[in-house]
Amino acid sequence: MPEATAPVGQNQTAAFEPKIVAFFCNWCTYLAADLAGTSRLRYAPNVRVVRVMCSGRVDPQFVLEAFAQGADGVLIGGCHPNDCHYQEGNYKALRRYHLLRRMLEQMGVEPERFRLEWISASEGERLRQVVNEMVEQVRALGPFRKSEQFEPAEEAVAR
Amino acid sequence: MTKPSARIGVYICHCGTNIAGTINVAALREFAATLPGVIVARDYKYMCSDPGQELIKADIAQHGLERVVVAACSPHLHEHTFRTACEEAGLNPYLCHMVNIREHDSWVHSGEAATAKARDLLRAAVQRVAWNRPLERRSIPIRQSVLVVGGGIAGIHAALTLANAGKKVYLVEREPTIGGHMAMFDKTFPTLDCAACILTPKMTAVKDHPNITLWTYSEVIGVEGFVGDFKVRVRRKPRYVIEDLCVGCLECIEACVYKQPKFYDEFNQGLGKRKPIYIPFPQAVPQVVVIDPETCIEFKSGKCKKTCLEACGERQAIDFGQQETIETIEVGAIILATGYKAFDASRIPYYGYGVYPNVYTALEVERLINAAGPTGGELVLRDGRKPRSVGIVHCVGSRDEHTNRWCSRVCCMYSLKLAHLVKERTGAEVYNFYIDMRTPGKAFEEFYNRVAEEGVHFIRGKVADVYPAETDGRLILRAEDTLLGQVRKIPVDMVILATGLEPQADATEVRRLFNISCSSEGWFLERHPKLAPVNTFTDGIFLAGCCQGPKDIPDTVAQAGAAAAEAMQLLDTGSIELEPNTAYVLEEVCSGCKTCVGLCPYNAISFLPEKNVAQVNEALCKGCGTCVAACPSASIRQHLFEDEQIFEEVVGVLA
Ligand SMILES: Cc1cc2nc3c(=O)[nH]c(=O)nc-3n(C[C@H](O)[C@H](O)[C@H](O)COP(=O)(O)OP(=O)(O)OC[C@H]3O[C@@H](n4cnc5c(N)ncnc54)[C@H](O)[C@@H]3O)c2cc1C
Ligand code: SF4
Ligand code: SF4
Ligand code: FES
Repeated sequence: MPEATAPVGQNQTAAFEPKIVAFFCNWCTYLAADLAGTSRLRYAPNVRVVRVMCSGRVDPQFVLEAFAQGADGVLIGGCHPNDCHYQEGNYKALRRYHLLRRMLEQMGVEPERFRLEWISASEGERLRQVVNEMVEQVRALGPFRKSEQFEPAEEAVAR
Repeated sequence: MTKPSARIGVYICHCGTNIAGTINVAALREFAATLPGVIVARDYKYMCSDPGQELIKADIAQHGLERVVVAACSPHLHEHTFRTACEEAGLNPYLCHMVNIREHDSWVHSGEAATAKARDLLRAAVQRVAWNRPLERRSIPIRQSVLVVGGGIAGIHAALTLANAGKKVYLVEREPTIGGHMAMFDKTFPTLDCAACILTPKMTAVKDHPNITLWTYSEVIGVEGFVGDFKVRVRRKPRYVIEDLCVGCLECIEACVYKQPKFYDEFNQGLGKRKPIYIPFPQAVPQVVVIDPETCIEFKSGKCKKTCLEACGERQAIDFGQQETIETIEVGAIILATGYKAFDASRIPYYGYGVYPNVYTALEVERLINAAGPTGGELVLRDGRKPRSVGIVHCVGSRDEHTNRWCSRVCCMYSLKLAHLVKERTGAEVYNFYIDMRTPGKAFEEFYNRVAEEGVHFIRGKVADVYPAETDGRLILRAEDTLLGQVRKIPVDMVILATGLEPQADATEVRRLFNISCSSEGWFLERHPKLAPVNTFTDGIFLAGCCQGPKDIPDTVAQAGAAAAEAMQLLDTGSIELEPNTAYVLEEVCSGCKTCVGLCPYNAISFLPEKNVAQVNEALCKGCGTCVAACPSASIRQHLFEDEQIFEEVVGVLA
């Protein structure tokens, strides 16, 4: 996978570099990213990690806000089923993910732009694969442009 | 809420060249200085060093900093360091925030993209930290007792160390006796001292120690709570013998209606037989017999003469009606010492284990040469013959992508040990087939030389297969000798497979029970391979012995001592401070919808009907934030992960 070098967030035209916001749980996926670091696994520099204690903390509003602020994709990373540090936060995340994904689709957000992945603390390599794959998929889709349906729906969720 | 303003200091670490070699730290510092609220921005070679921390402290005093952002390594490594530095300078530690520009940036990216990413992450942190508020840690007392799970040499050593230091220890072992694998060996490398001579005194010491409660034939079935205050449920399986009444006279075994032992003997790897009432081996601890209900006539038909009961007589230790019991204990720390399982040799069909009777596993041979084993220490084949030639195959199930990739670390050494013992006991010709000879340990290489001088043959090559010779039925080992560059076929009477070490079959369930992590192979994961090798990511839970990875007895004992020391240090602190990132309810906003109440895995949320609001019990809340994300009226909030803080990060990274 070639590493992208163009600065993120500057261009829209020539080489499109997607911006992806990632919410990683503290105990698995954040540590997987740490491990990818200590193992010097190179991957696409397009992801910005926001650390939360558990994937269950990810409020659908965070995801909508990310898209509203110009993210081209959102990735949620948590522990594998049965492995959540808080027993079942990841199941709550999964349930929310399915609802939100459907809603996002109705708002014109392509499914490839929103992903939930279980990546454990020892899966640095998997983290790299997931990030690279998602960056490539979103790159192929092009920049996310908010459709007309997007804003009002966001209002609806944001009360 | 209106956006707070704060005086912020930003510190960018070079980490030698780890960060500065990739990210333009000077440009990053200049960028930081332009961010709203930033009063000082500095970069320094090693922020975590004393002078680095002094920079922060001096600025807090001089510039009246109200927030600190450190862009350096992972918060998992140094968040505590920088929070403490702030605290020492009089700033609440939770007003400090870290940005990970090493593991998540300079070590995985390059070029301008790396610096651009650092800018985004830093901007987000500066925006979020403005919302941080001073928080207090809660302090709870630590219970002065430790649970040790697994009674192999690791668990035994850890338990004794703690008990000798005056700590209360519960040792839970699932087999009827403690001792683990070591109890099966006759001699141990590299010193060849007798395993029983060094192990059994320790086993007895466990049984006799006033500070140790030993529960064999028992398993942990539930773990609740957290560091300092774990509540553990232990199932004590019925052995149909009352432990306190059995004196270990073994007369019942003698008296059993089965005159001859008839059933598969687990401890002897099936090479010997046992009766339905048995003791695993003569030095078992505790010296208490067990009845196996699967084979006991009384359990199967209810029509046994129960001669064992008669033999026990007035001691009345046998109780066919015994039921399992569940004990609940409270401990401050837990040490996991659940060991390993030997690789199942029948998984490699071309070595013929289970097909040709004269193919043995190393553990079986350990029992055969053990003076207390099924043959009284005589190395004989199943037909009673003494082998005149023996082939030992190294690396069975190790260093092979079709089975396990890792090196099991002990097989080369125990293969040398077995080569020596086989030669000593039988005078047989011994051929060791190895891929690489791995003897990195104190006095290990010397042992290798000694065994070589004794005339053991070494053939460098992976054995391709084992098959019977057409003529005399001996077994032929076929391997390419990579030193001679030719294929060799060596006929032997006996083949010994040096099976590798694997995680226990139930490692995944055990790890989930204790809420710790595993490596992808299934070994329990230490917190840091170099700096926290016996800690786990769950505070208060420590690792000892082979459950963490293959190792020999010296390393196992050293690690068990380290785990005991870590647990002791924890207990001796007396109390523990809990992270304050708990949830709380804004009563005036709560609509009383109860969405949150059922969500909490720790039952930390209750509903107050009189006020029609939810309430979080801070002592129970672990701070996952799941309820926070679910509340439709944003009235449950989470310290340190407030909505505003996360929104600021999202906006910040995208700006
Ligand atoms: C054939 C062979 C020969 C060897 N020879 C030598 C030698 O000569 N010298 C040397 O230094 N090393 C030798 N080793 C390595 C040695 O066996 C290990 O270093 C040592 O046994 C590790 O001890 P442990 O306590 O970690 O694990 P174990 O010995 O495996 O003990 C683990 C204990 O935990 C118990 N347990 C497991 N799960 C649970 C649970 N869930 N609840 C309660 N209890 C549980 C088990 O029943 C067992 O009693 C040899 C290994 C093999 C395979
Ligand atoms: S979910 Fe929110 S509004 Fe509903 S009871 Fe809980 S705190 Fe109150
Ligand atoms: S944050 Fe998690 S642990 Fe705390 S009350 Fe909410 S759901 Fe329970
Ligand atoms: S802690 Fe990782 S998903 Fe809950």
